[in-house]
Amino acid sequence: MSPPLEHDYIGLSELPFSAAAAAAGAAEDGALNLKETELRLGLPGSESPDRKEKVGLTLGLLPKVFGSGAKRGFSDAIDGAGKWELASGGCGSEVEGGKGGALFSPRGEDGGGQLSGHGNAGKDVAPKADGQERKAAGQVGNSAGNDRGVAPAAKAQVVGWPPIRSYRKNTMATNPSKDKEDADEKQGPGCLYIKVSMDGAPYLRKVDLKAYNNYKELSSALEKMFSCFTIGQCGSHGIPGRDGLSESRLTDLLNGSEYVLTYEDKDGDWMLVGDVPWEMFTNSCKRMRIMKGSDAIGLAPRAMEKCKNRIRISF
Amino acid sequence: MVGGFRWAAMFPDEVWEHVFSFLPADADRNAAALVCRAWYRIEQRSRWRVFVGNCYAVEPAAAVRRFPEVRAAAIKGKPHFADFNLVPSDWGGGAEAWVEAMAEGWPHLEELRLKRMVVSDDCLELIARCFKNFKVLSLVSCEGFSTAGLAAIAANCRNLRELNLHENEVEDNCLHWMSHFPESFTSLVTLNIACLEGEVNVYVLERLIGRCPNLKTLRLNHSVPIQRLVGLLHRAPQLVDLGTGKFAAQHHPELFSTLESAIAGCKNLKSLSGFWEAGPTYLPAIYSVMDLIEDDGLIAVAASCKLLQELRVFPSDPYGAAQPISLTEHGLVAISAGCPMLHSVLYFCRQMTNSALLTVAKNCPNFTCFRLCIMEPHTPDYITRQPLDAGFSAIVESCKHLRRLSLSGLLTDLVFKSIGASANCLEMLSVAFAGDGDAGLHYILSGCKNLRKLEIRDCPFGDQPLLDNAAKLETMRSLWMSSCSVTLGACRQLARKMPLLNVEVINERKRGLPLELQPDNCPVEKLYIYRTVAGPRSDTPSCVWILR
Repeated sequence: MSPPLEHDYIGLSELPFSAAAAAAGAAEDGALNLKETELRLGLPGSESPDRKEKVGLTLGLLPKVFGSGAKRGFSDAIDGAGKWELASGGCGSEVEGGKGGALFSPRGEDGGGQLSGHGNAGKDVAPKADGQERKAAGQVGNSAGNDRGVAPAAKAQVVGWPPIRSYRKNTMATNPSKDKEDADEKQGPGCLYIKVSMDGAPYLRKVDLKAYNNYKELSSALEKMFSCFTIGQCGSHGIPGRDGLSESRLTDLLNGSEYVLTYEDKDGDWMLVGDVPWEMFTNSCKRMRIMKGSDAIGLAPRAMEKCKNRIRISF
Repeated sequence: MVGGFRWAAMFPDEVWEHVFSFLPADADRNAAALVCRAWYRIEQRSRWRVFVGNCYAVEPAAAVRRFPEVRAAAIKGKPHFADFNLVPSDWGGGAEAWVEAMAEGWPHLEELRLKRMVVSDDCLELIARCFKNFKVLSLVSCEGFSTAGLAAIAANCRNLRELNLHENEVEDNCLHWMSHFPESFTSLVTLNIACLEGEVNVYVLERLIGRCPNLKTLRLNHSVPIQRLVGLLHRAPQLVDLGTGKFAAQHHPELFSTLESAIAGCKNLKSLSGFWEAGPTYLPAIYSVMDLIEDDGLIAVAASCKLLQELRVFPSDPYGAAQPISLTEHGLVAISAGCPMLHSVLYFCRQMTNSALLTVAKNCPNFTCFRLCIMEPHTPDYITRQPLDAGFSAIVESCKHLRRLSLSGLLTDLVFKSIGASANCLEMLSVAFAGDGDAGLHYILSGCKNLRKLEIRDCPFGDQPLLDNAAKLETMRSLWMSSCSVTLGACRQLARKMPLLNVEVINERKRGLPLELQPDNCPVEKLYIYRTVAGPRSDTPSCVWILR
């Protein structure tokens, strides 16, 4: 896939729909192979429909990375992330970036049809996401009823929509109604915002763990969110100045300093991210911290090795 | 004509200052300042309150020089869509430059209100140290500081009246920050810590409240359990505004009755909020004060309805809607029918009809703020399958004092024609997933004569309406457009044509050719345009380009 880099630097909105679909198709094969190697329940070869949908949703993020072999650790995820970003023209660095690939998937029937004929791909992007997401949501099940028979949004796929602030979404998530006690246990709250801090960065960010399906997506999204802090010195305002940002400089810095992603679990212990299966992680993670590798050594040196090995297998 | 203005000297300056104090709006004071040099000087010296709607519209030092006697300042930073993660986290809005300039030039500053800014602990420490008579600190939707910074405020601001922390992202690294209020500190009137995520030392809080007899507003965070609420209320029966902490616990009849009487004991209670995890067990404890409650947002919170966020400012007496707020149009119609004093609504739902909106428009011609969010983009009238143009048009035509409007659902250019023509008081418009083409934006920019803020996402609006209405942009505070059809070429033209605008192009992917080498037809993903007398700002991150 040869992305039109020079023209597409600013946004994905100009990427023609057909090209996007082709890109999606090309990536899908590679992505499927990966999914097969991932540890999960179920008989090998039995791809459930919603599983396929999920793959579709993450198309934009996977291609180049796995073509060049599995990587390990936070800095390596960034290497990979750099490459995939060029390939897919993924969307911005917002929290829900994990679902960015959804924007290239074929749009759903409901609602999207009214917009055909408008040549503006930028505007089409959002309803495509809705369509795709609606299909996925319909199969995965949803926490909010919809009496119109249209599969509603289980969680927001379109960045920043609906316009509800993240702290409120968390509040909603922690207040399940009594009616839903017999609902599918695995469903859980619709979103789960967790604070992420980075050593040396002036800002805390929040990520929605429910927006990602695996560690790779999470680390990619975090890289995008925090990459601005790893470049150069911060000005007196704590905001980094404009540097001639380049991919190689970013990876140099990160490889040199070896940032490691850690999290605090329910018991208050700080663990390395990646030690436990994804679902267990999302259920027990209370907050995350990106710390320098040198600080993390005290955590669990052998676990770090174990962690790297495990990531190589499961990704 | 030369001697015409000598009459200004007939009265001492103090008299003119007193006269100016009756001018209701800053715009009026600005006009007075233009009359003659004497009035300019007098007005300048007597202006003690400034509002800076966009922190980048003016250099902090210039603002401080222009009005050297300011006692109260309010400053806003990031665009509103930052609330929904559309603005890069490093975009800007840092408070340092302002706080440093104010510390230098306004040592007598008493009140500081910041919204959507990045406030560091250093800022808070500077505030705590430099403003000897500091009284009010209000931080809304800010980030970048921790409870250590709050400790500095607590320790040093001896005359603090108001500490309002509303919806901020606060790092919890200093558990005992509240212990830093000295024992001699008794001046607190407002304490809002609802957004703090960490544990609060309720014992310290009780002592603090116990020695502040003027405390009127207390908003707790979720960590304060219902059991401790009783003790707090006993110490502050004069409360007017209460935000509870967690409002759920095992049913305990004794606890229930003590809580009920503690709440009833607050005879001046007018506003309730909080109710984290509220359930039916303890909610009845507040029924005794319901008559007095003016903030009906309480009911929405109490109903713990998932997607309906808040109904703001319901200054009606009896709550008219019999049914709990639902996700359909019926709840909105019921409210509009039952609450004739309703003037501000923020309503989330999944379905809407034109007919419902027409009814609402007829019932509530006094709306000043109408924000409707239909959760699915492009949702039509679910009965007629028509766009919701007619419904929203009815709103703007009926509500002559409408100042703020948020649109949603399936909408064509027609709704913009109505808005442009009828919404004469409209100051802020939020548009998402709406319109057919350029005409929609043109209607807005060529009409809406009081428009100040326009924020647009995912609409098929392109270059032409921007270029045709460039002058309009200078009459507005700001314009945000993301995922529309604007090209780089148009932005360059606009920037060349309008030197008093900062045209910020935001690209977060940081790849590809630098901006200077990109062709004119390159699409712009995010665009933020605002008027300024400060020129391009110097703290842009790598993802933001300011076109000249």
